[in-house]
Amino acid sequence: MGMSMIGIFFFVAIVGLTLFVTYLASKQTNSASEFYTAGGGLTGWQNGIAIAGDYLSAASFLGIAGAIALFGFDGFFYSIGYLVAYLVVLYIVAEPLRNLGRYTLADMITARFDQKKVRGTAAVSTIVIVLFYMIAQLVGAGGLIQLLLGIDYWVAVLLVGVMMTIYVLWGGMAATSWVQIIKAVLLMIGTVIISVMVLMKFNFNIIEMFNTMKTATPHGEGYLVAGAKYSNGVDTMSMMIALVLGTAGLPHILMRFFTVKDAKTARSSVVYATWIVGIFYILTIFLGFGAAAFVGSEKIIGANAAGNMAAPLLAQALGGDMLMSFICAVAFATILAVVAGLVLSGASAFAHDIYGQIIKKGKVTEKEQMKAARLASIGVAVFSIILALGAQTMNVAFLVSLAFCIAASANLPVIIYTIYYKKFNTTGAMAAMITGLVTALVLVVVSPNLWNPEGTAIFTGTALFPLTNPAIISVPAGFLAGWIGSLVGAKSDARKYAEVTVKANTGMK
Amino acid sequence: MDHKLESVLEGVENSDSSDKSSKKRKKEITADGYVAIANSQEFKSLVKKKNSFIVPVSIFFLLFYFTLPVLTSFTTVLNVKVIGDITLVWIFALAQFIMTWILCMTYVSKANKFDQEAESIIEKVKDGDY
Repeated sequence: MGMSMIGIFFFVAIVGLTLFVTYLASKQTNSASEFYTAGGGLTGWQNGIAIAGDYLSAASFLGIAGAIALFGFDGFFYSIGYLVAYLVVLYIVAEPLRNLGRYTLADMITARFDQKKVRGTAAVSTIVIVLFYMIAQLVGAGGLIQLLLGIDYWVAVLLVGVMMTIYVLWGGMAATSWVQIIKAVLLMIGTVIISVMVLMKFNFNIIEMFNTMKTATPHGEGYLVAGAKYSNGVDTMSMMIALVLGTAGLPHILMRFFTVKDAKTARSSVVYATWIVGIFYILTIFLGFGAAAFVGSEKIIGANAAGNMAAPLLAQALGGDMLMSFICAVAFATILAVVAGLVLSGASAFAHDIYGQIIKKGKVTEKEQMKAARLASIGVAVFSIILALGAQTMNVAFLVSLAFCIAASANLPVIIYTIYYKKFNTTGAMAAMITGLVTALVLVVVSPNLWNPEGTAIFTGTALFPLTNPAIISVPAGFLAGWIGSLVGAKSDARKYAEVTVKANTGMK
Repeated sequence: MDHKLESVLEGVENSDSSDKSSKKRKKEITADGYVAIANSQEFKSLVKKKNSFIVPVSIFFLLFYFTLPVLTSFTTVLNVKVIGDITLVWIFALAQFIMTWILCMTYVSKANKFDQEAESIIEKVKDGDY
C-alpha cells in the first residue's frame, strides 16, 4: 500500500497538531506535579476523553476489528471484557486511588505501608507492565506503519519512539492528555463514519446484516455464535478474568486519575470514558462484520495474518484511498497517544518512586525532580525502542494480554486489600505483589505461547502449562498470597488503617 | 465505641486549606484524630452504606459477566436464534453493555449522596459544631 498525497497530508496534519499542543503544554510544565499530573487541573470530560484515548490502543482498534472480521463473536469477547472492566475501575478503584495517591500507584499503597520495599516492588511491577504493553504497541506500530507507508520496520519504530519522547519530554502530562483527547475524537469520528457506511450497505437493517454474515465467511453459521476461535473453555475463562480485572491495575490508566482535582471529578471522568469506550466497542461489530463482508477474510489474512489490517482495508473498500488514509492516520495517532501515556507512567515509577522516594528519601528539590523525570522518560523510551527493535516477530496480542494479566495478578489484589482489608500488612502486600507478578510471568514462560511441539512457537517442545492466559491461576494466587501473608506477618497498624479508610472514603487530607 | 469528633478538633485548626498564601498553616490531622473519625457514628454509617451498595452490585456484575463465557464455553444454549439470524449470544452481549451503562449511572447518583455525607463529616471536623 503506497502513500497518496492525501495520506501524507493527514499524517503531517496529525504530527503538526500534536506538536502544537505539546508546544502550548510545555509553557505550563514547570513542576513535578505539572509534569506527572498536569497539575491535577483537568476537568471530568477532558480526563474522560483522555482515558478513552489512553485505553483504546491499536490492539483495540485494529486488533478487535480484525478478530471480529476473522472469528465473528469470539472476537467480540475482547470488547465485552474491556468495557465491563470499567465497572471494576468505577466501583472499586478510582475514588480511593484518587484520594490516597499523588503521582503513582506506589504512592497509594505506601499511604498505608510506608516502606521502601513495598514502594520498590510496586514500582517494579509498574515498570514490567509498562514494558510489556509498550513493546506490544511499538511492535504493532512498527509493523503497521511499515505496511502503510512502505518504510522499514526500524524506521517506523524510531519515528513513533521519537514522537512519544518529544510529547512527554516537553509537554509532560498536559501534552500527553491533549494528544490522547485529539486521538480519541479522531478515532470516534473515523469509527462512526465507517460504521454508518457499513450500515448503509445493509440498508440500516441489523437483521439483514446478520443474515448476510451467515454466508459471508468460511465459518458459515458458526460465525454468529461463540467457538470459531476459542475451543478451550478454561482458557477462555482465564482470558476473560484478565480482561475484566486487568484494566483496574494498568499503571497508565490509574495514573490518569491523578490528573483531576478530586474523587468526584475522577468519578465523572470514568463515566465519560465508559460511554465513549462502550460506544466504540459496540461499533467494533460493524468494523468487523463490514471487513468480513466487503473485504473478505482471504484478503485480510493476506495483508496481516492476525487480521490487524481489517479496518484500514474496510475503509479502502468503502471510501477509497481518502478514507483509508484518514483511518491509517487515526491508527498512527492512536499508537502515539497510548505510548506517550506509557512512557509517562514508566518514568514516574523510576523518577518519583525509585529515585525520589527510595534513593533520595523524598528530599529532592523541584528542579531535581523535573530533571529526574525527564531523564527517566528518555531512559524508558530508549530502552523500549531497543526492545521493540529486537521483538519484531513477537505476537502483539499475546504481549498485551500478558500485560493485562500481570496488572490483574500483581496490582489489583494489593490495591483492593490496601483499601478494604483491615488486617492487611506489609508481609501481605509484598506477598501479593511478588506472587502475582512471578506466577503470571513463570506460567507464561512455560505456556503454549512460547512452546509448541511442531516448532510454531519460539521454543520447540510441549508446554508445561496448558493455558495461553494464566490469569485463572495467577489472579487467585495474588489474592491468596496477600491474605496468607497478612495472617502470618506482623499485626497490621490499626491506626494507619483508620487514616487510610477515612482518607479513601472522604477525600480528607 | 462511639468516639466524639471533638477529640479530633484539637488537631485541626479552623482554616481555609485552599488559601496557600495564608500565613496560617493548616495543622495535620493527628493519628488519634483519624482513629476518632473512623470510629465516629457518622463515618461508620457512611462506610456501611457505601459497602452495602458497592459489594452486592460488584458481585452481581462480575457474576453476570462471567455467566457469558461460562455459557458459551460449556453449553450451547446461547446458539439459539432469537430475531432473524441474531443469536442469543449477541443479545446477552448487548445486555452486558446496557448493564455497564446502567450501573455506571446508578453509581453516580448513589455516590453523589455519599459525597454529601462525607462533606458533612469534613465540615464537622473543621468547624467543631458537632
